[in-house]
Amino acid sequence: MNLENSRIIDMYKTMLRIRKFEEKAMNLFAEGKIPGFVHLYIGEEAVATGVTANLNTNDYITSTHRGHGHIIAKGGDLKYMMAELFGKATGYCKGKGGSMHIADATRGILGANGIVGAGQNIAVGAGLSAKYKGTGQVCACFFGDGSTNQGTFHESLNLASIWKLPVVFICENNMYGISMSQSRHQAIQDISDRAVAYNIPGVTVDGNDVFAVYEAANEAVKRARAMQGPTLIECKTYRHRGHFEGDPAIYKPEEEQKEWLAKDPIKRLESFIVENKIQTVDEINEINEEIKREILDAVEFAENSPEPAIDSVVEDIYTDIVEEVNLV
Amino acid sequence: MRRMTYAEAIRDAMRIKMKEDPDVFILGEDVGKFGGCFGVTGTLYDEFGEDRVRDTPISESAIVGCAVGAAATGLRPIAELMFIDFVTVGMDQLINQAAKMRYMFGGKITVPMVVRLPVGAGFQAAAQHSQSLEAWLTHVPGLKVVYPSTPQDAFGLMLSSIEDDNPVAFIEHKMLYGVSGDVDDEVKKIPLGAADIKREGKDVTVIATGKMVHEALAAAEELAKEGLEVEVVDPRTLYPLDKKTIFDSIRKTNKAVVVTEEIKRGGYAGEISAMISEEIFDSLDAPVVRLGALNAPIPFSTKLEQYMIPNSGDIIKGIKKLV
Repeated sequence: MNLENSRIIDMYKTMLRIRKFEEKAMNLFAEGKIPGFVHLYIGEEAVATGVTANLNTNDYITSTHRGHGHIIAKGGDLKYMMAELFGKATGYCKGKGGSMHIADATRGILGANGIVGAGQNIAVGAGLSAKYKGTGQVCACFFGDGSTNQGTFHESLNLASIWKLPVVFICENNMYGISMSQSRHQAIQDISDRAVAYNIPGVTVDGNDVFAVYEAANEAVKRARAMQGPTLIECKTYRHRGHFEGDPAIYKPEEEQKEWLAKDPIKRLESFIVENKIQTVDEINEINEEIKREILDAVEFAENSPEPAIDSVVEDIYTDIVEEVNLV
Repeated sequence: MRRMTYAEAIRDAMRIKMKEDPDVFILGEDVGKFGGCFGVTGTLYDEFGEDRVRDTPISESAIVGCAVGAAATGLRPIAELMFIDFVTVGMDQLINQAAKMRYMFGGKITVPMVVRLPVGAGFQAAAQHSQSLEAWLTHVPGLKVVYPSTPQDAFGLMLSSIEDDNPVAFIEHKMLYGVSGDVDDEVKKIPLGAADIKREGKDVTVIATGKMVHEALAAAEELAKEGLEVEVVDPRTLYPLDKKTIFDSIRKTNKAVVVTEEIKRGGYAGEISAMISEEIFDSLDAPVVRLGALNAPIPFSTKLEQYMIPNSGDIIKGIKKLV
């Protein structure tokens, strides 16, 4: 693998941006400033980062309920994301989507999704669209281990395979489908084994090693762009937090948590950067400060943004119909 | 004027739009060489090829979901489900994805797609191949629901549905596929949200959808012999609903019968009836009469199936409650 130092630093920045955004969201949720559900991506940053480093702005992604990381990695604007988490009018979705429904069509982000596994079919549609129009775009489809037990997983991988669509299926195996551990929710260890059923390549990589993810995705994206069909990449990683904020995660054994925290993807990349003299500790600290400021700016933007106007509750349902706004 | 069947009219509208716009394509089970479960796509495969008339595996969730993803990224898919009964398998994709994407994403993604959904009883296909499930769809903000009763309407409404930038559930009654009618030579769209008065009359208004339009017309013909003038209003699109045409008719006749083939409990006929009672109660001489199928799954036996679905005789009985 030949990655220029500047790209390694970019990846580090992306991972850090995700981590700091999520930590801030965690605190704001605890303070009661962010309502609703928040599912944090902490611990899984290397996956979104390693994959999207292979994508162009006009390539597509589909995301999940745990979507902040994917959106940030694909270039989503932190200000509009944070404002959306606050439910403000300036948010990506004008305050009508929230944490689980952020999309940015200008960057090919076809939405986070509140239904587990639903993005898989949508990704197939985006892949079909790219192939049909011959645009050379690919779609990276992110989903968790839990969703590989949904029917959509089978239907979409089968369809993408028979139609040789430019889709890269990325399974973030964070070891839990909500509270149910992978060893309890399916009888296989490596989800990539399922690729055999669709006659497509299936690989398992260390999802906490951003370079391993990058390399696997690089191969898969090349294959997709060459219209050779989809790939299933399983990234083994770990969800540091509960399923949602407020979940005490009593089902996660202490030993397991310790073991995985020691494999933190950001610490690993940091050590690599310092050991290989790509940057000094001081420079790393500077990057940390820079990202912290970005996050604070985003929070400030969100806090100072207006609430949505009441009339907007019935707008954007249809392109050409605005519904009645009065309850009585 | 051209003479064509309801199925041919749907096909011709799809053909016209496919010729006009390369982004329009069809996907579904056996829509290709086989020509569609009810022959609606017919020869389109030969005319447009396998990329634009795409056979899919038996995967309703993927059919609808793939259409959603394709629509969100610039294509205009027409997805065919063999029977509306199978929408259950693709329901998440239609209800939680297609219908809500635009709203959830603050209007930044649109989903211009048509899902064709054959409904209706009448040929002993029993409980899982005969339902009329339109109320499930009219309940969901974000979907438009279209339901033609004649070849002309099927033609004009399909043109509009394909052009529409919103997800459209296009409901087709299976027993109407072979029914012939006149269709204008001119390629003229029928806007979504425009009802049609299928027969004028001054004494009673019957609001009917799909195959029930034909039953209502037969009832009207019969009652005309007794000197009763029945007006038959066909909403043609269930959402958006042309309340004005319906209300204007009732303001004239002061009597309303609403008849659909749905199971009566929770059907869209209930919504129409409620609107009439809420909004123009003073125009009514008597309570609205609502007719639908019995609250039972559709049975296999010809005798039982025929009994449980309203027909012109039942509509006559319903009308006679009011006059």
